[in-house]
Amino acid sequence: MPINYYLFLSIALFSIGIVGVLTRRNAIIIFMCVELMLNAVNVLLIAFSKMHHLKALTANAATTVGTEAQLFVFFIMVVAAAEVTVGLAIIVMMYRNIHSVDINFLNRLKH
Amino acid sequence: MSKLIYLVPLFPLIGFLINGLGRKALSKSLVSIIGSGAILASFVVSVLIFLDVKQPGYAAQVVHLFDFIKVSKINIPFAFQVDQLSTLFLLIITGVGFLIHLYSSAYMHEEKGEHYARYFAYLNLFVFSMLLLVLGSNYVIMFIGWEGVGLCSYLLIGYWFKNNDYNNAAKKAFVMNRIGDLGFLLAVFWMLSQYGSVDFGNVFSKAEGTSVSVLTGITLLLFVGAMGKSAQIPLYTWLPDAMAGPTPVSALIHAATMVTAGIYMVARSNILYTLSPLTQTVVAVIGLSTAIFAATIALKQNDIKKVLAYSTVSQLGYMFLALGVGAYTGAVFHVMTHAFFKALLFLGAGSVIHAMHHEQDIRNMGGLKKYLPITHITFLLGCLAIAGIPPFSGFFSKDEILTAAFLNNPLYYVVGAIGALMTAFYMFRLYAMTFRGKFRGTHEQEHHLHESPSAMTIPLIVLAVLAVAGGWIGIPEVLMKDSHWLEHYLAPVFENSTFRMKQENHLSHSTEYLLMFGVAAIILLVIFFAWNKYSKYTKTTAENTGLARVLENKWFVDEIYDAVISKPLLAISKLFNNIVEKVFIDGIVNGVGRLIQYSSRQMRWLQSGQVGSYILIMVTATIVFFLIQFFWKSN
Repeated sequence: MPINYYLFLSIALFSIGIVGVLTRRNAIIIFMCVELMLNAVNVLLIAFSKMHHLKALTANAATTVGTEAQLFVFFIMVVAAAEVTVGLAIIVMMYRNIHSVDINFLNRLKH
Repeated sequence: MSKLIYLVPLFPLIGFLINGLGRKALSKSLVSIIGSGAILASFVVSVLIFLDVKQPGYAAQVVHLFDFIKVSKINIPFAFQVDQLSTLFLLIITGVGFLIHLYSSAYMHEEKGEHYARYFAYLNLFVFSMLLLVLGSNYVIMFIGWEGVGLCSYLLIGYWFKNNDYNNAAKKAFVMNRIGDLGFLLAVFWMLSQYGSVDFGNVFSKAEGTSVSVLTGITLLLFVGAMGKSAQIPLYTWLPDAMAGPTPVSALIHAATMVTAGIYMVARSNILYTLSPLTQTVVAVIGLSTAIFAATIALKQNDIKKVLAYSTVSQLGYMFLALGVGAYTGAVFHVMTHAFFKALLFLGAGSVIHAMHHEQDIRNMGGLKKYLPITHITFLLGCLAIAGIPPFSGFFSKDEILTAAFLNNPLYYVVGAIGALMTAFYMFRLYAMTFRGKFRGTHEQEHHLHESPSAMTIPLIVLAVLAVAGGWIGIPEVLMKDSHWLEHYLAPVFENSTFRMKQENHLSHSTEYLLMFGVAAIILLVIFFAWNKYSKYTKTTAENTGLARVLENKWFVDEIYDAVISKPLLAISKLFNNIVEKVFIDGIVNGVGRLIQYSSRQMRWLQSGQVGSYILIMVTATIVFFLIQFFWKSN
């Protein structure tokens, strides 16, 4: 499958994420959009990694060149999971305090 | 002996420091003893040095004290010049200065202790500066003294600083002097760039090889300095106003210090002037016009000190005439005799003012002869000396100047002689109105008239003797063979100049006699006329008209200066203040502030506190940078 498809998919996911972050006011939706952007990057990393690895295999069948990016994806997933636990906890606390998850209520630092 | 030269200015400096710092602690008598004693000590040292210097064959010495400015190739040492000219000036300054100090101790007795000490401190500083000026062996040291006397004249003219008019007179003196000083300073810089040195010895020895135009420039600039300091047209107006100071200060300024500085400087730089004939002509013409111009003003002044002030300006004009025609000895001679009789006249005037309780208008005097016998006699001798009656001192010096002027250009002589006649007229008008006729003051004043104490009369008597006999050291060849002691004495200083001056046209004896005694005879007639006319003077209230009014108002020179220089300058200052300062400068300063306020007010809208908008900006900026990066390379 050509690399282009992966790229377009990734860009589409990323853009959806960005637009979601920018336009939505619900903290949970924004959070989901951030996840979407992270996963868009993951897709891209794996696509490139696979391509790179296939190229290296033609020269040397036993090589591991190009597989590092797939490891990175795991890291990103772990970080994202950690982030979700912290982020969701914050959102829960926020809801307890202001009975809303609308981030526009959270601009009190301005005043 | 000349190694001790540093003592001469040191004593007045110490006197200044003691009196200045201890002005609240010292008693009046102690102050006057310290003040006068310092000058007396300087005088004694000066005499000792003089005895050394006057030996025939004495070679000029430069006493190096310490390095003053030493930067790469420029080396300006703090060194003193000990030669015939500076030693003669030392004697005049410290000798006459001491008598004035002595006189002051009685004259200023009414002042409070602190101010009395302040007065003596200034006086000592004045003498110190003048000594520095005369002793310096290069133009920079001379300039230090030059500025010092300017400062001290400011301090002393404005001594009674509670009177605003006096303060203005002091400021006027200072500003006028500054104008001249700028010329002097420029000349020094020019010399430095031309010769790489400001030492008298170096400059004078290299002067010969310099182009005439450069020399003319330097000497003209130096002369601008002399104009300011020695009160020549057009910078003379400060000197009559300087009468605001106490009378002994006037005597000091006019006789021993300050105004003779210009003469000394030109005489010291004689070789430079001899080598630039154009400057010499300028000096002579300005000197002569000042002499005659100031004399006309003096004819109609009614303030006893103002008459003397204008007479000083006029006499200084004669000295510059002498310098201009190359009669350097004559100029120095006249400086000396003038120091004697002008100090005498001023101190005499001070004695009169003292007796009259600060009355200075001669229209309110008259008949003081019987009340102030010593002052009267000495004042009369001073008048005879300044008028140029043989054998008083003024006769010899003035005759020498006029003879030299005649040799140079008979026109100079005629104008100079007319000035001499005017001198005789206004001096005897002054004398007759003050001492002859009937007393015209109030009853109370008449009741209080008294001869001054001995501290004031002794200097008068000493100065009177000098004013009579001072001229005998310069009796012209034609009257007595080999009797011009001063010329022989000063010959080494003016050697190079004399060598260059043309000597061919010697006057025949008969002409010389005619010039000498012809003028003296006319002067006698003028004196007789003035004496008669003003002895019978009675007070009139009639206003002067015509020329007399113009003369009484000093040719309206102050008013003209005011209209031509001060007023436009003020108008320009106002313009700059209102337009340039308020609109441009303030506009820029306030504009910067306003711009920052405005822009920050606009920027504030970015800080909305909406996280979404921050992210939007961030994303937009990232995209923009990305696009820039992308398209930049492709170009």
